[in-house]
Amino acid sequence: MKRLINRKAGGAGSLILGALPFVLLLVAYILASDARLDANPNDKLLPSFASIADAVDRLAFEPDKRKGIYILWADTAASLQRLGIGLAIATALGLVLGIAIGLLPLVRTGFAPFVAVLSMVPPLAVLPILFIVFGLGELAKVVLIVIGIAPFMVRDLSLHVAQLPSETLIKAQTLGASTWQIVTHVALPHAMPRLISSLRLSLGPAWLFLISSEAIAATDGLGYRIFLVRRYLAMDVILPYVIWITILAFVIDYLLKHLSRRAFKWQAEEGGL
Amino acid sequence: MSLISVRDVHKGYGDVRVLERVNLDIDKGEFCAVVGASGCGKSTFLRMLLSQEFPDRGEIYLDGEPLAGEPGADRGVVFQRYSVFPHLTVAENLIAAFEFQSSQFFGRLFGAARKRAFERVEEMLSGVGLARARDLYPKSLSGGVQQRLAIAQALLAEPKVLLLDEPFGALDPGTRADMHEIMLNLWKSREMTIFMVTHDLNEGFRLGTRLLVFDKPRWDPQAPDAYGATITYDLPLEDAADIDLSHFQTKPTEETTHAEP
Repeated sequence: MKRLINRKAGGAGSLILGALPFVLLLVAYILASDARLDANPNDKLLPSFASIADAVDRLAFEPDKRKGIYILWADTAASLQRLGIGLAIATALGLVLGIAIGLLPLVRTGFAPFVAVLSMVPPLAVLPILFIVFGLGELAKVVLIVIGIAPFMVRDLSLHVAQLPSETLIKAQTLGASTWQIVTHVALPHAMPRLISSLRLSLGPAWLFLISSEAIAATDGLGYRIFLVRRYLAMDVILPYVIWITILAFVIDYLLKHLSRRAFKWQAEEGGL
Repeated sequence: MSLISVRDVHKGYGDVRVLERVNLDIDKGEFCAVVGASGCGKSTFLRMLLSQEFPDRGEIYLDGEPLAGEPGADRGVVFQRYSVFPHLTVAENLIAAFEFQSSQFFGRLFGAARKRAFERVEEMLSGVGLARARDLYPKSLSGGVQQRLAIAQALLAEPKVLLLDEPFGALDPGTRADMHEIMLNLWKSREMTIFMVTHDLNEGFRLGTRLLVFDKPRWDPQAPDAYGATITYDLPLEDAADIDLSHFQTKPTEETTHAEP
């Protein structure tokens, strides 16, 4: 018998092992839900799959009786728009400032302490300021996402660019490259894969800030809906919404991972992350 | 007039004197090999020739002009590592030299200029035996092939002097012998000036037309950092280069290999 640290799962084995936690969670939920519904058929805490399916059908496939919209899709569109704009702005800031701070000593001296302090400001603490300054509309929510993740991305990327081997920078100069050419031909390609992984790591916080701001002041959005129906203990709506948000986050992460692999073939392989 | 003139250069870091009173003249076409113990300042000296560091005292002239304050296309370099761009293929790495110099903003060549550059690149690719690797990324090349690429890339920029900082230090002995031959062939066919730092004395003898030894002429056991190193030996090796070249032919089947002393 091999030592435990040397035993690995094969193809089918790894599939079963990977599925096991999901199955266990599902089974535990079904058992608990059945037990509670047996005791009280009107229990709302752990709804049966039938009532969850009902709620999903009502929200996703039937137009709302008052507004005539499909609520799940309208919420999804509103949330993804906020998230997308926030992520795009934060990524652009991360790329531009990250390269400038990482590559140019003058900018580094000027900006690095500022960004270091800024990234310590708890974003949710400034949310009231954002609502006061930008109002309760879309802008405040987008700005919260940007403030929440841009400092991290700037710092991560500037540290990464600062790690460019001095040999590479010297070599580029001995081939006659100007500062701009070093930015576009050396620093940018060096930074891009890291930018994608930095963005992937920022997805979690970005969703956090999105749902927080929607919970506090919004008229649509995935976070808004969850906090709205919380008043009625509508677990049959909350649970599918949470699962739907998780699926969205997972798909975005998956797409970014594959974009990075496809677009930057020159990278050395780095594990299965 | 000599291509590189070094006049009374001193360099130290804090209380540590690294180099002192270094004087040197290198003529055009010389293959100058520099050896010395580790920490003797030979790499520091090379970094000063690159304008990566600057002397505390003294002057360095290239072609009669004081050295520019930053690295430039007049001095090519090959380091032990990180000398090629990992995100460019072999051919793209080579064409980068032309693109940087001729297109300041885009860093791209167009039309006839691009065609001419590609012809030069193809010539170089076959010259250093990289033709089959032209579309590969550096990560899939062996260390020796990467260094060949780095040398070819540096040469295409046509520097006045090629600086080599232990370029073959990380290679296995067989590959190193191949690289020596390629280096000597390139040096002879292009009439270049080369300044090579190495920790391998044999390599210095084999390649150089001139061997410089950096060492500390004064040594205080109580304060080992009080005095810096300077050039203690300066040996012309004109004839030795020929002997060594034939001696280190890499084909063991040839009769001549055994004839050498």
